[in-house]
Amino acid sequence: MTYDATGIGSPPELARILEECGYLADDGLATAAFLALRMRRPLFLEGEAGVGKTALAAALARALDAPLIRLQCYEGLDAAQALYDWDFPRQLLHLRAAEAAGVTDVGRLESELYDRRFLVARPLLRALETAPSVLLIDEVDRADDEFEAFLLEVLSDFTITIPELGTVRAVEPPLVVLTSNRTREVHDALKRRCLYHWLEHPSYEREVAIIRRRLPHVADRLAGQVARAAQRLRAEDLVKPPGVAESLDWAEALVALGARDLDPGTAAVTLGAVLKYREDQQRVTAGGLDALLGGG
Amino acid sequence: MRTATETIVGFARTVRAAGVAADPERVQTMLRALDHLDVLDPSDVYWAGRLTLCSDPADLPRYDRCFAAYFSGRTVRSVRRPPPVVISRPAAVPVTDPPPDGEGERADPRTATASRAEVLRHRDVARLDEAERIEVNRLIALLQADPERRRSRRFATARSGRHDPYRTVREVLRHGGEITAVRYRAHRTRPRRVVLLIDVSGSMTPYADALLRFAHAAVRAGGRTTEAFSVGTRLTRLTRELRHRDPDTAMTAVSEAIPDWSGGTRLGEELKEFCDRFGQRGMARGAVVVIASDGWERGDPSLLGEQMARLRRLAHRVVWANPHKARPGYEPLTGGMAAALPHVDDFVAGHSLAALQRLAHIVNAGRRRA
Repeated sequence: MTYDATGIGSPPELARILEECGYLADDGLATAAFLALRMRRPLFLEGEAGVGKTALAAALARALDAPLIRLQCYEGLDAAQALYDWDFPRQLLHLRAAEAAGVTDVGRLESELYDRRFLVARPLLRALETAPSVLLIDEVDRADDEFEAFLLEVLSDFTITIPELGTVRAVEPPLVVLTSNRTREVHDALKRRCLYHWLEHPSYEREVAIIRRRLPHVADRLAGQVARAAQRLRAEDLVKPPGVAESLDWAEALVALGARDLDPGTAAVTLGAVLKYREDQQRVTAGGLDALLGGG
Repeated sequence: MRTATETIVGFARTVRAAGVAADPERVQTMLRALDHLDVLDPSDVYWAGRLTLCSDPADLPRYDRCFAAYFSGRTVRSVRRPPPVVISRPAAVPVTDPPPDGEGERADPRTATASRAEVLRHRDVARLDEAERIEVNRLIALLQADPERRRSRRFATARSGRHDPYRTVREVLRHGGEITAVRYRAHRTRPRRVVLLIDVSGSMTPYADALLRFAHAAVRAGGRTTEAFSVGTRLTRLTRELRHRDPDTAMTAVSEAIPDWSGGTRLGEELKEFCDRFGQRGMARGAVVVIASDGWERGDPSLLGEQMARLRRLAHRVVWANPHKARPGYEPLTGGMAAALPHVDDFVAGHSLAALQRLAHIVNAGRRRA
């Protein structure tokens, strides 16, 4: 199955399919994802934490009915953790078993040892072997630049060479989504391979819709109150402005407490769901929760 | 009547002129993107361009400006940047109480026979003539702020250390199941990240060039683990500009990138912006952060203190280089400096080649002194 066979003909159509999968994409994001599918280019997503970068990959996987394969990047990530590794204990076991059975054909034994079944596929190899698939390379800015150069190679021709086994070529390249939090400048060469999209926090209306969509048991009014307060908090000067994920947590927390309204009382006890820094909580509380929630 | 392609290429050229790195390859990609979209729909054209030509959040406002101007039919007034400020120039700022021999080191009788470079080493960079400045710049380019190393979580093969079962088993496999040698591994070390914040406000004008050149040497030597920013009234990331091999090319790029040359100082606010946007997300975590500034704060010093405390909690070490520190009688009493000092690990000078050498040494070697 190719992506074209999914028959997604335009960005609005993709937006509609994503919405069915519980992800509300605006025009820009829908166009970005649509082009990534059509042009077979990786999609490079940047934006504040909690704007839904990772969630998009998950939603795309659901929309395409393809498995989501995730590679979480971190400092020191190397090829063995990203590509493949040999399962040494099993190889050794095989060797012992062959020995016990009295196998003397050394050549055959050796070729058996580097059989595909002893290969442990890590995310990148798995994504190349799974068609279709969505490959999420999360927080690529956390990996080292050597890894980036290596990634560039894999993403340009979608082949991986395993010396003992040969070259693995993707029948159909996976849809690749890369995310970055901008802690480090990512190589221009890597960005050039990709479509670049900067994700903003959603508008008030969209945020209400997202809360309603993801948490159907949250009443309209409460969703509206949470979204408005979150928008105001983002305008404040905070160490960590809340993302959509925090709004969802907040709404969930309020529902769990049986609160029907977001008022100063319920806000005070649930503030920890949306603000994760003591300084931020102090600042907002000092400014008065009435001011935050008032006027609507 | 122009074709759509011509229109798009013209648009891309405008975007490039506005300072977005929209190279021909990206323009090609934009054209190919439009094959899949409706070239007559302004929204589709907007997104096709934004997704392919831009590669940084800083590009987006420029892109939006160009898009609005170009497609509104107006002739696009090229969004000219102000002419770059020439940084390398003899200081116009008069320096009070010049102490040509007042720095202690001159007391050494050997200095009398020292080479020209040795004399230059201790001269205040604000008082050099053109020839001396070129010489000092050349020497600054040789400084190597090679960061100290920290232990990584990852392992590498070693002669001793912990037992490495994987490598041992691999070795065993190679010998047909016979255990021939036990392999070891030890933690790898990686260079510690270095972040330089260079104050380019008005009061730092005589020193900004030398300090930025120092940053250039550090970025060139430190590879991708070193980052540099300018502070003044705006926080500007300069790492990319400083990656040019040639110092003068890099300085030209830097002068074009910095929007607030010789402006005022709002250190506290900018430090906050740095912590919010970069520091907290990981850039300052475990890093050696160097602030090069005279600490002349126009804003509220308490904000600076607050942010310095925060930076100190994030960073491995905070070094403050103040060009005025070497002046006889200098006391860090200005509001900003006094507020920042309690949160600084190393407080050093930054006015001469020798001082910059020492700064490099402190960055390199951790707490060990020159």
